[in-house]
Amino acid sequence: MLTCKDFLRDLSDYLDESLDTQIRTRLEEHISACPNCWVIADTTRRTIQIYKGMDPYPVPPDIQERLMAALERKIAAKRTL
Amino acid sequence: MAVSSQATTDESTLVAQAREGDAVAFGELVHRYEGRIFRLAQHITQNREDAEDVLQETFLKAYEHLDQFQGNSKFYTWIVRIAVNQSLMKLRRRKADKSVSLDETIDTGEDTIVREIAAWGEDPEQRYSREELGGLLDTAIQGLEPPYRSVFVLRDIEDLSTEDTADALGLSIPAVKSRLLRARLQLREKLTRQFKRKGDDAFAYM
Repeated sequence: MLTCKDFLRDLSDYLDESLDTQIRTRLEEHISACPNCWVIADTTRRTIQIYKGMDPYPVPPDIQERLMAALERKIAAKRTL
Repeated sequence: MAVSSQATTDESTLVAQAREGDAVAFGELVHRYEGRIFRLAQHITQNREDAEDVLQETFLKAYEHLDQFQGNSKFYTWIVRIAVNQSLMKLRRRKADKSVSLDETIDTGEDTIVREIAAWGEDPEQRYSREELGGLLDTAIQGLEPPYRSVFVLRDIEDLSTEDTADALGLSIPAVKSRLLRARLQLREKLTRQFKRKGDDAFAYM
């Protein structure tokens, strides 16, 4: 029988679905019988999902202009070589 | 630099055009990824000014070394690697006197600590505004040590594979995996304190 410690060790791979079927089945058996590990798996899954749903940061226009100006200088310098 | 109607052009075509000196094509690549690079740099450096520098340095370096891009990885993965290196340099410089290093041996033992065991209430997305939620998520990430933070940002925010993350950070695959697990559990812990269902608390299920 898997212990909670065993379950935690494999939690990341379990959530990433990168385990083979045999180990996966054993982990699923464990969480169906262990409410604490079920909660940990569920809240960890939601933690990952919530971060994945974050929008990229908009680059402020002044920073974007500075970047483009620096690139243009670089490109011009490359051309004159 | 004008960004023309290349918004739907395939990435490898844009890279090929940029390598031949097409500045507009390179501009489109910048436009595609600047937001993600800016976010990554802010997360790793935890400093707005440094992130602005990293953004600029990343694309300047990418342009300069475009001929070294092999094309066997995605362009995005390649620039992420540049951005990570630039960010870590900033972090090290800023914290030079505090000896922050990504290479330091950290405890990757089995002590994956779980203290808060409580189910979350309603979806946090419903309970908080986007700004509030973004603030909570950023604060939680700030609380992670840089070795964990960098791995989490690349794997779970930027969606890089374990292999690409290991490559970008110069770590082994087991090291990426163990740091990712610790990072995820630490964030889960922090977020659970915010999002747990009212009246629900540790050991409620025991």
